[in-house]
Amino acid sequence: MNFLEPAFMQRALLAALLVGIAAPAVGIYLVQRRQAIMGDGIGHVALTGVALGFLMQTNPVWTAVLVASAGAVIMELIRSYGKTRGDLALAMLFYGGMAGGVMLINLAPDGSTANLTTYLFGSVTTVADSDVVAISWLSVFVLLVTLGLRRQLFAVCQDEEFAKVTGLPVRALNLLLAVTAAVTVTVAMRVVGLLLVSALMVIPVATSQQLARGFAVTLAGAIALGVVTTLSGTVFSYYVDVPPGASIVLLAIALFALVTALATPLARRRAKAMKDGGDGAREPVAAARA
Amino acid sequence: MPLEPAICLCNATASLGGRPVLGGIDLKVERGEVVALLGANGSGKSTTVRAVVGQVPLTSGGIELFGAPIHRFKQWQRIGYVPQRSTAASGVPASVREVVASGRLSRTRLRPLGRGDRAAVDRALELVGMRGHARDSVNQLSGGQHQRVLIARALAGEPELLIMDEPLAGVDLASQRILADALREQVAEGTSVLLVLHELGPLQPLIDRTVVLKSGLVEKIYGRSEARDAAAVHDLACHPHPDPESEPDRTGLLT
Repeated sequence: MNFLEPAFMQRALLAALLVGIAAPAVGIYLVQRRQAIMGDGIGHVALTGVALGFLMQTNPVWTAVLVASAGAVIMELIRSYGKTRGDLALAMLFYGGMAGGVMLINLAPDGSTANLTTYLFGSVTTVADSDVVAISWLSVFVLLVTLGLRRQLFAVCQDEEFAKVTGLPVRALNLLLAVTAAVTVTVAMRVVGLLLVSALMVIPVATSQQLARGFAVTLAGAIALGVVTTLSGTVFSYYVDVPPGASIVLLAIALFALVTALATPLARRRAKAMKDGGDGAREPVAAARA
Repeated sequence: MPLEPAICLCNATASLGGRPVLGGIDLKVERGEVVALLGANGSGKSTTVRAVVGQVPLTSGGIELFGAPIHRFKQWQRIGYVPQRSTAASGVPASVREVVASGRLSRTRLRPLGRGDRAAVDRALELVGMRGHARDSVNQLSGGQHQRVLIARALAGEPELLIMDEPLAGVDLASQRILADALREQVAEGTSVLLVLHELGPLQPLIDRTVVLKSGLVEKIYGRSEARDAAAVHDLACHPHPDPESEPDRTGLLT
């Protein structure tokens, strides 16, 4: 276990653990609403925030949180008002975020595009003490929202019109979810990087849902997979010296492929059992349980 | 003093995408009354229902729910809404129980589910005969079972007024009968109902009034005793027999 010895690895692993929990916990709602790509958009916009941090010589995590949240709120407003050219508006936001980041970082005192690389693809060695503190607080916020408001967010993402008629504050919940997604992107950027963070929000959910029949089980499975991949990917990066974002995401994809290969025959058998047995075979069970 | 009606639409007009859809609808659903909306596609049935639940803004006229103007109405737990079933499966699996429990949010809002809430969810599942499927994924259900789940979701909030958009669309006969029984039980307890139907079908005995819409206007209202006529007229208007002699627009029954 000599990978646990260096202090930077302890920090990196703690950050990886928090990211492994937080990213799928938010991602599941985006996937449920078929907005899996939103994490990517926020990642692009957050880049401007990171560069702004360099320019103002403060910790880029906090400026990234602010700029990414503003971007996420704009994306949510575009979505909810359903503007017909909404996709173009979103595309502009993505490009603008990326270009703004590159522009600002080069304006910063002795800043260059190279400074951004660790934020784009993650880094094991550069997670500072102050980063760990910021990441921990932000993760607490993300988990309070995504787990504490689980049933409300589930209802809103499952059937928004129905949720409105139950009297839930749907607009506020949507904006809260957008800001939470932005915070998650910033939590994850030190470890997986801004360009790959969306993968960690989406892939564990896609893997988990192949085995689960319910939302809560999918959520628990996605978090478990997220933690396994971020921790082992970070350790792999320590030994092989590659950006952790790359090893984490490739590992997540490998797990997805493995589970798909195992789950497909299972799903087929389940579907066949449903068809053969039909309702007739299931009703007696229902009666017995009731 | 009699109670205010559950729903009161007064000269309601609405547009969708700039196109007028409702041209001034008057509609009342008294307490305990079951009212069916019939009409051809595009006659404004769904828009009427969505306006009643506040999802389509009116351009003029008014809506009152339990005597309160809709913009001031806050007691959404009194309403159970069954939207038109979409065939698109959600991105993440959800169990039957999870979906039905989300209907309870009208009462719990931001607080967690208590024992009474869980019992209400169980009762709703029981009522539509889906308790044995509680742990199944909704994506694996048949059309009829899925519709039963959406109705259970509305019932989980123990509403006084049910508003349903085509609850029988794509529902097999067995499920139609189960739903008719569930609805009869609700009505017997005093629940008011406004529902959009394509045909009266097995629900006919429950329906107090049938309102036929055409081009965003109320065309005709049939009472309980005339339900059979309503069904006949509607069948001719919406499902014309493939007889070239009897073009539906010229039957004279609609004028």
